[in-house]
Amino acid sequence: MAETVLETHGLTMRFGGVTASDNVNFKLKARELRCLIGPNGAGKSTFFKCVTGLLTPSEGHVYMRGQDVTGWQPHQIASLGVGIKTQTPNVMDALSVHENIWLAARRFNDRAEASARADDIIDRLALGPIARTDLGQLAHGERQRVELGLVAVADPWLVLLDEPAAGMSADDVARMTQIIHDMTRTAAVVIVEHDMQFIRSVAETVTVFHQGAVLMEDHVDKVMSDATVRAVYLGKKA
Amino acid sequence: MRGTGGRDVLITLVVAALLIWIMPTMIATYTLTVLVIYGMLGLSLGLIWGFGGILCFGQAAFFGLGAYTYAIAAINIGESTVPMILAVLVPALFAAILGAIMFYGRLMDVYLGVITLVVTLILFKFVNTTAGPQYVIGKARIGGYNGIPGFQTLNVPGDPGAYIWGDPFYYVCAVALVIVFLLVTWLLRSSFGRIAVGIRENEVRMALLGYDVAARKTVLFTIGAAIAGLSGALFANWSEIVTPSLFSLSQSAEIIIWCIVGGLGTRLGPILGAAGLAYLKFMLGQQSMIDNTLITGLILVLFVLFLPRGLVPAVATLWGRIVVGTRRRTQPRTMRRTRHG
Repeated sequence: MAETVLETHGLTMRFGGVTASDNVNFKLKARELRCLIGPNGAGKSTFFKCVTGLLTPSEGHVYMRGQDVTGWQPHQIASLGVGIKTQTPNVMDALSVHENIWLAARRFNDRAEASARADDIIDRLALGPIARTDLGQLAHGERQRVELGLVAVADPWLVLLDEPAAGMSADDVARMTQIIHDMTRTAAVVIVEHDMQFIRSVAETVTVFHQGAVLMEDHVDKVMSDATVRAVYLGKKA
Repeated sequence: MRGTGGRDVLITLVVAALLIWIMPTMIATYTLTVLVIYGMLGLSLGLIWGFGGILCFGQAAFFGLGAYTYAIAAINIGESTVPMILAVLVPALFAAILGAIMFYGRLMDVYLGVITLVVTLILFKFVNTTAGPQYVIGKARIGGYNGIPGFQTLNVPGDPGAYIWGDPFYYVCAVALVIVFLLVTWLLRSSFGRIAVGIRENEVRMALLGYDVAARKTVLFTIGAAIAGLSGALFANWSEIVTPSLFSLSQSAEIIIWCIVGGLGTRLGPILGAAGLAYLKFMLGQQSMIDNTLITGLILVLFVLFLPRGLVPAVATLWGRIVVGTRRRTQPRTMRRTRHG
């Protein structure tokens, strides 16, 4: 039986009187790929931020490989071997593609090994022609791809991606899909996403969020055909 | 990379040796000495602000702490070697504690500036109120607004009677600046330096890569304070008196202006900015027609409007354009077409 790599128990996050994440119980097995979907304000990103340490939950616990990481700082969680990509491209704009990826690789490797790994990931993501270009000069899709490179170069066992396909061209999305599939050979992957076409192309199991809580969790085809989910997305009663 | 580093060290040493040798023929060594000391102080802020993104409004606090530590220790010990070491260690320790409180407390941007400024002003106020005889550390009276005069100045290590003053003191300060410059260069080329630049660019991303941003910023802040402390000790030796004005608001503001005018994100910019503006202030101080703070303010405004990146980056950009233009002119037409086609 596959090991549980990520688990939340009763995860709740309140902002004043607003409960953004409400008693969420979540479980993810090793090398599983899970998409988190839901309309705007459903609590997906709040859940994501609680898991990555960007927010400290008001109640409940987060476990990674059985270890309670509730309230840990983002760098402590990342140091466990967790790769994180935030909603908007979060990169070092004034540094080159190579320098960005080298910095990610250096965290877990010595200088020479970091350079070799950076070169390798640049090849794998076809970033060679822009390797010496500053991130600030790149198009959105290229920046997203570089950020995925930052995640992949550290060989994580758990990858958390917030809207990786947002604002990307069809070609870039296809390339992104392939990269994510490659990642699942060694890592469990959680993707927060809106793009249903992209979700169909990558996911098997989907967790639907609604009003901060988990509404449904099932195979992507069942979720897509579910009347309640459709109503939540379209804002109509089931 | 290692070959390039060796070549850069050699170039730095040759250029520095030439400057150290030539400059006394143009400016008196007494004046040059303080320009060199200010250059080191500018570099201390240039390191943490330009490469670490830490806008410290209180670099004068570490400068003043270095100077006072030296003076107090020199009076008590009667020899300069240990006081020089303490003048580096005390500001560094103070910065480590202050930095840890600020960075682990997740203070950023303007709040960081406010805290460092307030700490400097507290030190200024405190030292000003220590005129009474009860404010004594060992044999040294802190002296309040009168400051501390008459302490042992720099001597050959182990020989308190062999003073280093005049031209030899200028050479000691100049060599110290070259050593600090090379150490800063080495630091910035190390993994620590590259990670510091990454933190300057995007703290959140660096934390998400697994770097302990607060710890690294604290270390960088401490290194900057140690350099400022060293420059403070050298300043105490140059002026032979330390006063609370070392902690003043104007002193803090001047260091920031030196960095802006010289060029942030460069090693040379803050040194040149400090030396250039301090020399200008010295020249203006010899006349009474115009208030020199007005001129300094005008220069800052002009730089912010027309050269916002500072002098050194502007010269580097201009130099780059000249080099590219020269290469294009010397390239055969066919090559140019191939390159652009």
